[in-house]
This record gives sequence, C-alpha cells and structure tokens, in this order.
Amino acid sequence: MAINLKKLSAKQDLLAGGHAACAGCTGPTVIRQALLAAETPVVCGCATGCMEVTTTLYPFTSWRTPFIHSAFENSAATMSGVETAFRALRRKGRVPDREIGFIAFGGDGGTYDIGLQSLSGMLERGHKMLYICYDNEAYMNTGIQRSSATPKGAETTTAQAGSVKAGKDQNRKDLTAIVIAHNPAYVAQAVPSLPNDFMTKVQEALKADGPSFINVLAPCHRGWRCKPDTGIEIAQLAVETCFWPLFKWERPGRLTITYKPKEKRPVAEWIKLQGRFKHLEEPRNRHIIDELQAEVDRKWNELLAMEAATQAAQSKAG
Amino acid sequence: MSKLISLTGNDAAAHALRQSRPDVAAAYPITPQTELMHKFAEFVANGQVDTDMILVESEHSAMSAAIGSSAAGARTFTATSANGMALMWEMLYIAASSRLPIVMPEVNRALSGPINIHCDHSDTMGARDAGWIQLFCENSQEAYDTTIQAFRIAEHPDVLLPVMICYDGFIISHTNEPVAMLDDAVVAKFVGEYTPARKLLDVDNPYTFGPLDLPEWYFEHKRQQIEAMRKAPAIIEAVGKEFGALSGRTYEFMEGYRMEDAEVVLVALGSTCGTAREAVDVVRESGIKAGLLKLRAFRPFPIARVRSALSKARVVGVFDRSVSFGIEGGPLYHEVRSSLYGGTTPVLPFVYGLGGRDIRVEQIAQAYRTLDEAAKRGVKERDVEFIGLRDA
Repeated sequence: MAINLKKLSAKQDLLAGGHAACAGCTGPTVIRQALLAAETPVVCGCATGCMEVTTTLYPFTSWRTPFIHSAFENSAATMSGVETAFRALRRKGRVPDREIGFIAFGGDGGTYDIGLQSLSGMLERGHKMLYICYDNEAYMNTGIQRSSATPKGAETTTAQAGSVKAGKDQNRKDLTAIVIAHNPAYVAQAVPSLPNDFMTKVQEALKADGPSFINVLAPCHRGWRCKPDTGIEIAQLAVETCFWPLFKWERPGRLTITYKPKEKRPVAEWIKLQGRFKHLEEPRNRHIIDELQAEVDRKWNELLAMEAATQAAQSKAG
Repeated sequence: MSKLISLTGNDAAAHALRQSRPDVAAAYPITPQTELMHKFAEFVANGQVDTDMILVESEHSAMSAAIGSSAAGARTFTATSANGMALMWEMLYIAASSRLPIVMPEVNRALSGPINIHCDHSDTMGARDAGWIQLFCENSQEAYDTTIQAFRIAEHPDVLLPVMICYDGFIISHTNEPVAMLDDAVVAKFVGEYTPARKLLDVDNPYTFGPLDLPEWYFEHKRQQIEAMRKAPAIIEAVGKEFGALSGRTYEFMEGYRMEDAEVVLVALGSTCGTAREAVDVVRESGIKAGLLKLRAFRPFPIARVRSALSKARVVGVFDRSVSFGIEGGPLYHEVRSSLYGGTTPVLPFVYGLGGRDIRVEQIAQAYRTLDEAAKRGVKERDVEFIGLRDA
C-alpha cells in the first residue's frame, strides 16, 4: 500500500494548529503524520509530557479525535481500557459496528522508563492498538533530564558535562528490541523526515491483528541544543548514520530494514549538529564518540544479521 | 423473591457485581480481595455475566485501565486492598476528578509496613481525600446490597463520582454468612443501563478527557467536584430508600442501636458494629445507658446528621481502626469531634484492631464503662486509649 501524499494533503489535519509546542518541535509532526495515515476513525491517548500539555490547554484542545490523558506512566494501560470497552460495547451493540483504531502516544520518559511496565502489560495482553513513542531522548517537558533513551555522552540537566563528567555514562536502552521480545503483531522504527515510510508503517500497524508499536525519533531542539529549523534534517541524519535504523518487524518474526543508506555516514556527523554533544570535541572525551560509533555499528550489524536470518527462515517456511 | 444463601463477603460482592452487569472489569490480585475476582472470573468463564476482564500487571494499571474504560462509556469496576490501593493512589484522584463512576470493592487490610494481610482501615482512610465516595459495610449482606447501590449512586448525573465499597478483610471477606439475594432481573432493573453523556467511543463527537488545567480553571473544576460530593448525600439516601422498597432492607446514612435514650455512645465503622451491639446489651444490664452509632458513609461525611444523632449523648467514644501519626485519635475521631464542635460533649478516642487484632464484646463493654466513668469524673479530653495492646 503506497501512501499518496497528494491525497493525504487534502485530508483534514486531526491535530489542529494553535497548540503550544515550541516552534520547530517535531512531536506534533509525528502526531499529524500518524493521524493523517489512519484509514478509520481513531481514539487517541497520550502520556503526560510535551505533546499532552501543549495540545490540551483547557479550555482548548488540538485534538479533532476523541482523546484521553490520565497520567504519565500509563498511556498503554489507559488505552487498553478504552480498547477493551470498545470490544465489549461493540459486541453488545452499544456502539456502532465499525472499525475504530486506537493510538496511545508517549514520550521516551513515559515509554522507556516510567511507563515500561504498562507498555509491557498491554503488549502481553494483546490489545489491538498502536503505541507510538515520540522519542526525543530525554525528559524534555520537565527540563531536559536524562532518560534511558538518552544516548551515551549526551549532556542533560541531570547528567551534565563538567570537569569530571561527560554527560550520560551509559548507552541508551534498546526499547524496540524489548518490544519485539513480546512477539506483538507489528513493530517498527520511523522518523518524521520520511513521512511515506512512517505513514505506511502506521497503516500497517493499525491493520495488524494485535498490539503494535512504532518508535519514532523526534528531535527536540531545546534539549538537543540545535537550531529550531534543523529537527527534520537531524532526524534524517540519524537514519543516514544508522544511529536510528528504519525497519519493521512482523509477527511471527520477519524483520525488514525499510531504508538502507547508500553510504553509512559516521555518527560524528550527526553529533556535530547538536550542542548536547559539544563537550565530546574535547580531546579527553573523544573516546566517547568512538564508543558511540561502536555501539551504532554493533546494533546495525545485528539488525542486518537479523534481517537476513528472519527473511531466510520465512522464505524456507513460506 | 429473596433467596437466603450462605456467602462470604467476597462472594456476595461478586454476585452483586455479576447482577449489575458491568461491561469491563480490571483485575489484579491482592489478599484479601482475591476471591472476589476468582468468583467473578468463574461467572465470566461460565457465561453468567458478559464482562470483558482486563487482567492487568499492577493495580496502577488496573485503575488506569478502569479510567480508560469508563471514559470510553463502559460500566467498569475493579477491586483491591491495602498496598494495591496504595499503588493506585495517583489514579484514585484522577478517576474522581475525571468524574468517572467506577465502582470498587475495597477489602480493608492494614497498609504495610510491617507487611500484614489482616484487617484495619488504614488503607481507605489514607484515601479519604481522593474524592471517592466511601461506604462501609458491617457484613456480607451489606457488602452485597452496597455494591448494587454503588452503581446507582456513582452513575447518578448529579454525582458522577467513583464509589469505594469498604468491607473488613477476612472478617467479612472470608466469613460465610446468610445473604438474601435479589433476583437477577430485579437487580438489572434497579441498576439500569449506563448511558454517559460524553464518551470517548463517540468518534463523531470527539471529546478531550484529562486536559491540562492551569490556575485559570483548576480551582473551578475542584469546586465542581466539591459540589458533586455535596449532592451525594441526598442521592445515597434516595438510592438506599429505593433499595429498601425493593428488598425490605432500607439503607440510611447511619444506623443507631438503642440510641433513643442513649447517654454513652460509641461511634464505629464496619464489622465491629456487630460486636458493639452485643456490648451495648451487656452494659445496659448494668445500668449504663449505652448506644451505638454506626456510620455507613465516611465520605461524604454526614456532619449535621452526626451532630443531631449525638445531641443527647453525655459522652461520645470513637472507635478507630487506623491511626493518624502525630495526633491523638484516628480519622473517624477527628471527623466526629469536628461534627460536635461548639458543644460541650466530651469526645474520647479509642484505637483498636490494627493489623487484624481481634476485638471482643468484653473489650467494647469495658470501653463503655470507661466512657461512663470519664463522664462522671468530668473528663473533657485525654490521649487515645489503645484496646487490646500489650504493655511492652
């Protein structure tokens, strides 16, 4: 199924303008693309965070879909309640008998960290809903604190770069792999800089027979210390460096890399555009760039191997 | 009509839930609530109720899923105890402020630590300001009757608040007692259909639930919650009366025992009230004009009704099954004392039964004697008296 951008551009935006997100924020772009891609009516939820507080400033709302926010760590649990109610009421004839999609949004703090249990529960129970993580690699709404999605070496307000420290000590958590370990119906990674790729994945995820998850890298210029108009460019460079590979994983276990850079660029090029890595230019911190590159290579090679293995297994079985 | 059968409090509540025909139930195990959900799951497995169960991975998610389901437009319940409710704490407030009529049996159990699985009221007392209606039950029959009434109270358009049905862990939850059940059809008609004005699943009329509420509006929304709680007493009474017409068991806001001429009065909650009635009879034989005031609702707390019910008392004792550290007497004591503010009746605090320590007729009889003595000696105020506690 190909996305027809021309056609989609004629559709009503389901996230209205006038919200309070920062100029240049890629979060609303992620939401707008997801909602444009949906082919049925959708009910959305969002964890506490930037995308929730900026879109629902009472008495206003940007959501032209039904929307619920309840707390930070429970977007998946809250939406599993909504989805279950839909199944119950549809069966009983108390809501119209038509398809509705369910999308839970959450930032990386609300998904990788405090909401991980709630996400895992939703995946394990098999709710037919899509969880979209807009991953901006730190707690941006509360003031750029380190999360488990923050890459090694990045400076945050709680993992600072100083005379003895060089930002975050640890590598980021591979949440997408953790989600795949649940064997849900559909898993993918995406970026807002390649809308065809992302929106195709949203459509596939919403059609999948079970829980689905899309992890979207969503640059935050406030936290990444870059220019407000560079978010999309930096997202694309994350893909070109293989820092953020684009792939999809479909049950029962077929991994497809959906975009392979013609030339894999060094991660240093991606880092260079972001002030949060500025201290890595100092000679005493240079080794961290090498370590980051090694981690990117390890993950990318692992992904290539996994693609080859699962595709081979599938064609053998098929 | 009514069938009398032997049921534990948990089974009685499970039957009431089945007959109230919920659409969705969120469940997570914790003693002593577990057997309620076992029984309900049995009803679901045998097709005796058409309810979708969400078997969540924590109580936090149980209340979160219940919030989603209720906002979606489904009649929703969950159940819990003690630490389970403590884990829900954040979501209790959000359920109430979102005005979602979720119903929750809360089987009273001591809150850790130290860890203890037996009855006291520390769990629900801590949640008294969460915005839930809290109704206490004395026995299995009341657990059954109150659960049925809870849906009517919660879903009433003037109220739209979640309701907690509090009954004592093990003492009620695990004890078989004769319970008069109503016919399924009678309960179904009494409870009716849940038809919320706004629901998430109305995709043609999208609503935003749970927006960011800054200083410009938050206060007004809290005021609306306060007003809903103010309207709740009339609805609780009306539903109790209507239920009485149906079952022969009318429920009032409170229940007195030998209060007509009572001068020495104890105020208590829950299963202890049954024991206290015996104690009233015992001490009346020795000439003490004893009486018992059993409160059914802790939230909303019926201040004017309590004041009026205690207007003739010479001395009032309050039995708390929980404590508030750093102040003498427990939560019930302070509410009763507030109710009598401006009067001269001494109100004296007792704390008993923490962590499931048994309370016996003789101990309550002794409390009546203590109160009688205190009144005679003109005691106006004293520190809390602990009942059944080692001296060490």
